[in-house]
Amino acid sequence: MTALAALIRRDIRVALRIGGGALIGVLFFLTVVVLMPFAVGPDLALLKRLGPAILWLGALLASLLTLDRLFMADHDDGSLDLLVMSRTPLELACATKALAHWLVAGLPLIVATPVLGLLLNLDGSATLAVALTLLAGTPALTLTGMIGAALAVTLHRGGLLLAVLVLPLSIPVLIFGVAASNAATSGDTPFGTPFTILCALSLASLVIGPFAAAASLRHGLD
Amino acid sequence: MTLLDLANPTRFLSLTAKILPWLAGATAVLLVIGLYQSAMAPDDYQQGATVKIMFIHVPNAWLAMFVWGVMSIAALGTLVWRHPLADVAAKAAAPIGAAFTFLALVTGSLWGRPMWGTYWEWDARLTSVLILFLMYLGLMALWRAVEDPSRAARAAAILTLVGAINLPIIKFSVDWWNTLHQPASVMRMGGSTLDKAFLIPLLVMAVAFSFLFVTLHIAAMRNEILRRRVRSLQMMQAGKPSAS
Amino acid sequence: MTLGPYESFIVTSYVLVAAVVALLIVWITVDYRRQKARLRDLEARGVTRRSGRSASDMS
Repeated sequence: MTALAALIRRDIRVALRIGGGALIGVLFFLTVVVLMPFAVGPDLALLKRLGPAILWLGALLASLLTLDRLFMADHDDGSLDLLVMSRTPLELACATKALAHWLVAGLPLIVATPVLGLLLNLDGSATLAVALTLLAGTPALTLTGMIGAALAVTLHRGGLLLAVLVLPLSIPVLIFGVAASNAATSGDTPFGTPFTILCALSLASLVIGPFAAAASLRHGLD
Repeated sequence: MTLLDLANPTRFLSLTAKILPWLAGATAVLLVIGLYQSAMAPDDYQQGATVKIMFIHVPNAWLAMFVWGVMSIAALGTLVWRHPLADVAAKAAAPIGAAFTFLALVTGSLWGRPMWGTYWEWDARLTSVLILFLMYLGLMALWRAVEDPSRAARAAAILTLVGAINLPIIKFSVDWWNTLHQPASVMRMGGSTLDKAFLIPLLVMAVAFSFLFVTLHIAAMRNEILRRRVRSLQMMQAGKPSAS
Repeated sequence: MTLGPYESFIVTSYVLVAAVVALLIVWITVDYRRQKARLRDLEARGVTRRSGRSASDMS
């Protein structure tokens, strides 16, 4: 347990220091959302309607952007090999790394959401709903993305390959995240149904993600 | 003849040389029968002659899913049993599966134009097949991204299995999403009550296309084995001058 | 056999399936010939496989 706690502390510290690039994701999120009105026009009514979708797409792309940092730096300096060889189960280590990554890359996105909701003319309850769905959904994005990151690091390819592999897997999260946010604003459908499915997706990826990532690290790094 | 006997590529090659002509012949015969029967099939009272597109659309859609199943079994073969032919089978199947998925999409779209009045409807089935197509392309990109085949094989095997777990989830989500956004104008297919006059040609075509896949797959596996042989020989040749 | 008002759609889809399947067959055949030719070429230049190579050449 202490090993895992040390891993979390180390990962957060590495990500937050200069060159760690944890806050790039938030900056990217902000930029994508600011770009949207230039594409669809500054019509506030339209932006309000598209708001949850824009925020979700932005968060999806932003979390994708930081994903290849998850294993790449550890692979470069060799500490990933130590993790693979250590006595702590690799699955647990992967889950821990995902948690640390989510704390530095996912949580800031949720904190930034209220500000961006203001720009998109979302009212308080809608912003709250989007933030809540992001809170429930971004762990799933991180955990499924981790599979892609593990595959990419064993193949020494990052970037675009990661995006091609991970984006189709994140479709369910996007569907239910946006559906739950829209349900809260329009009120046609109950908020609870898509939201609980979103939570279920996060829990399912908590099972699948670490195992698949650990398997690909084990098979790929030898 | 067990699976273990097939593990020897040389034996596999000599076996395929024997059965490939028979498989190709059976495929050709089945295709001719299937095409004849679907040409003779009556028109549907609702869809008219466009129902004939079904006879090639459904087998392609069936193969689109079946090939992923074959690749998943091959992926298990790579990761669990380390069967030496498993990654050859997985790699050879991916482009063929992508081609069938592409055909399912295009024929579905061509069927949709007369029936729905538009080439593309964000219908649950069309959408999930489109996502399946994207995943095939991602898998092929993964195969192409890496030089060393055995390293690529294990990564592709993991992605294939993750895809196999995720595809039902994606299908479910798209169904759910579709019922939320369902436009009222879309005409639905009438469930599974298919008349015998359509069912028999459809089944024959499905079997014929499955045979087509098996034939193409075995031939592509043979190519892959030869390609790896060429690769190892070239590496041996490249290594020679420095060794002497 | 009449195909009704949507004849072009039906014909297009059948032709397209035939074309893609033909393309697959051509690709696989050409690929087979090319690999065979390369193998022959390499063996003619004296690069031979270890006799009776087994599963080891798969890796």
